Amino acid sequence: MTKSGFVVANLFRKRTRTVLTLLSVIMAFLLFGLLQSLNTIFNAGANYVGATRLITQARVSFTVALPLSMVPKLEAVPGVSRVAYQQWFGGVWQENTPLFVFAVDPLRQRDVYPEYVMPDAAWQAFANTRTAMVAGKMVADQYGWKVGQKIPISSNIYPQKNGSKAWAFDLVGIFDGKDEDAKKRTNQIFINHDYFDEANQFGKGRANFFVLKLGDSGSAESVSKTVDAMFENSPDETKTQTERDFNVSFVKQIGDIGLIVRWILFAVFFTLLLVVGNTMAQSVRERIPELAVLKTLGFTDGAVLGFVLAEAFALCLFGGLVGLALATVAGAMVEKGTGGQFQLDVDWHVWLIGLGAVVLMSIAVGLLPALRARRLKIVDALAGR
Amino acid sequence: MPESMVEVRNVTKVYERGRQKVEVLHGLTLEIPKGDFVALMGPSGSGKTTLLNLIGGLDQPTSGEVKVGGQRIDQLGSGELAHWRAHNVGFVFQFYNLMPVLTAEGNVELPLLLTKLSAAQRRKNAAVALQVVGLADRAKHKPRELSGGQEQRVAIARALVSDPQLLVCDEPTGDLDRKTADEILGLLQVLNREHNKTIVMVTHDPKAADFARRTLHLEKGQLLEQAA
Repeated sequence: MTKSGFVVANLFRKRTRTVLTLLSVIMAFLLFGLLQSLNTIFNAGANYVGATRLITQARVSFTVALPLSMVPKLEAVPGVSRVAYQQWFGGVWQENTPLFVFAVDPLRQRDVYPEYVMPDAAWQAFANTRTAMVAGKMVADQYGWKVGQKIPISSNIYPQKNGSKAWAFDLVGIFDGKDEDAKKRTNQIFINHDYFDEANQFGKGRANFFVLKLGDSGSAESVSKTVDAMFENSPDETKTQTERDFNVSFVKQIGDIGLIVRWILFAVFFTLLLVVGNTMAQSVRERIPELAVLKTLGFTDGAVLGFVLAEAFALCLFGGLVGLALATVAGAMVEKGTGGQFQLDVDWHVWLIGLGAVVLMSIAVGLLPALRARRLKIVDALAGR
Repeated sequence: MPESMVEVRNVTKVYERGRQKVEVLHGLTLEIPKGDFVALMGPSGSGKTTLLNLIGGLDQPTSGEVKVGGQRIDQLGSGELAHWRAHNVGFVFQFYNLMPVLTAEGNVELPLLLTKLSAAQRRKNAAVALQVVGLADRAKHKPRELSGGQEQRVAIARALVSDPQLLVCDEPTGDLDRKTADEILGLLQVLNREHNKTIVMVTHDPKAADFARRTLHLEKGQLLEQAA
């Protein structure tokens, strides 16, 4: 027998209670893993290119489109090497499956997003065919699309001039990612902006945002300030930010996801604190004579405190590890199930924060019972006082 | 003059119960030589268990001296006292006080976790202690799978396993039938006679006291007599 064996044996003295408590811990950490990775998604930017791209949108909101006449002005800003633009199409596949469809300038898109790889002929076909579309490999695989097919996609925003919201595009290429990160983002579809601009019933010559490719990542801040200053007090004031900040502000349209996630996690962990804390307190209460016997045998007050804390830690650690492992598997399943459109990546950052939470939780639930055990007076405890 | 194992000099113990102060021992003096087997008898509230707790280093006197094996234990701090107990004294309780989650072997091995012995050596020592009390074949059984007498034998093995010179027993047969009680007392007698353990035993049972070499009577916190 070892000290750790003794700790584990004590933990399972009431098997049913321990298993139920463990299930609560596992569920809490499963939720924690998934929500924390959700939070990461909302904070994620294009890390793979660092700050070599900026996004310029209308100052009020990216839903307010900006005129394409800004493109040459943007390209003239020192530090900007190329400008692409994107217009949200509001694509819907079949009944009501939303797709990430953007109307883009094909060759500008290729230049600004070098991480999307596709044969040059396909890029040319995309540029030269008005009704062309290219799809990311992930989404093409998901729906079994092949190059050469005509793909019917509806828009929940833009009707054609004849009033129909049913559009159809010729799939001329399927692009993949240059590396693992980029591959995970091949869930997008691009259509030809020229065609979209002519065929839709609404505004002309506009895009939701411009993507500025920088010649030097060190110039990001100065370019951002120059661009916004350039359009200050004009009808189209801009806000230029990194992709990461753009993503965050995009989701903040829904609400402060970080805050929502934090509140949910707070509620989950507060409940867990009560459940596990109660289990630990009860467990110590039940064996006060045993703890007194330990002290009688020569275990110091500190050693007894250590035993109780170790039990709390073992409980939280086991539940935490299983919960995080399940979250990792569940995240991968969600990612696969949604064709990568929902990338719940429970990565090492989440694990690290999770393990930190395990330590804090162990102290929070174990410290009071452990201190009680430490303070026990042998004579009183043995006499049942 | 035989060497003393226990020397209690002018010991007073006062408990505070709420606002009341209760003096349980009143200037008690006692000497127990090495190798003795002493039964402490007396009515409830006479201070038997309090005296036993002081001798076993479980409690500290309000005043006076307690010396065990030549060492003043009334001056030790809580941590030092715990260390002293681990190496110098074995305890046997009325209700055995075994760890229900551990096997007999695990219970006996428990005090050895405080030593630097290897796991293999700990197991070996525990096996020897169980053999001494005649329970080698029950090593893998948990307390609930043992009879009362067997549980008390495991408790005695646990008390012995660190090879202390002093055993303190608080009503060790109080929860056992006569036959089993006699077996346990016989075992204590063997430990005293053959292994030269000094034993101090609290009991209400005169028949149990008969197994001791001598009996001391306490009443109202004072020693009445010292009979051979």
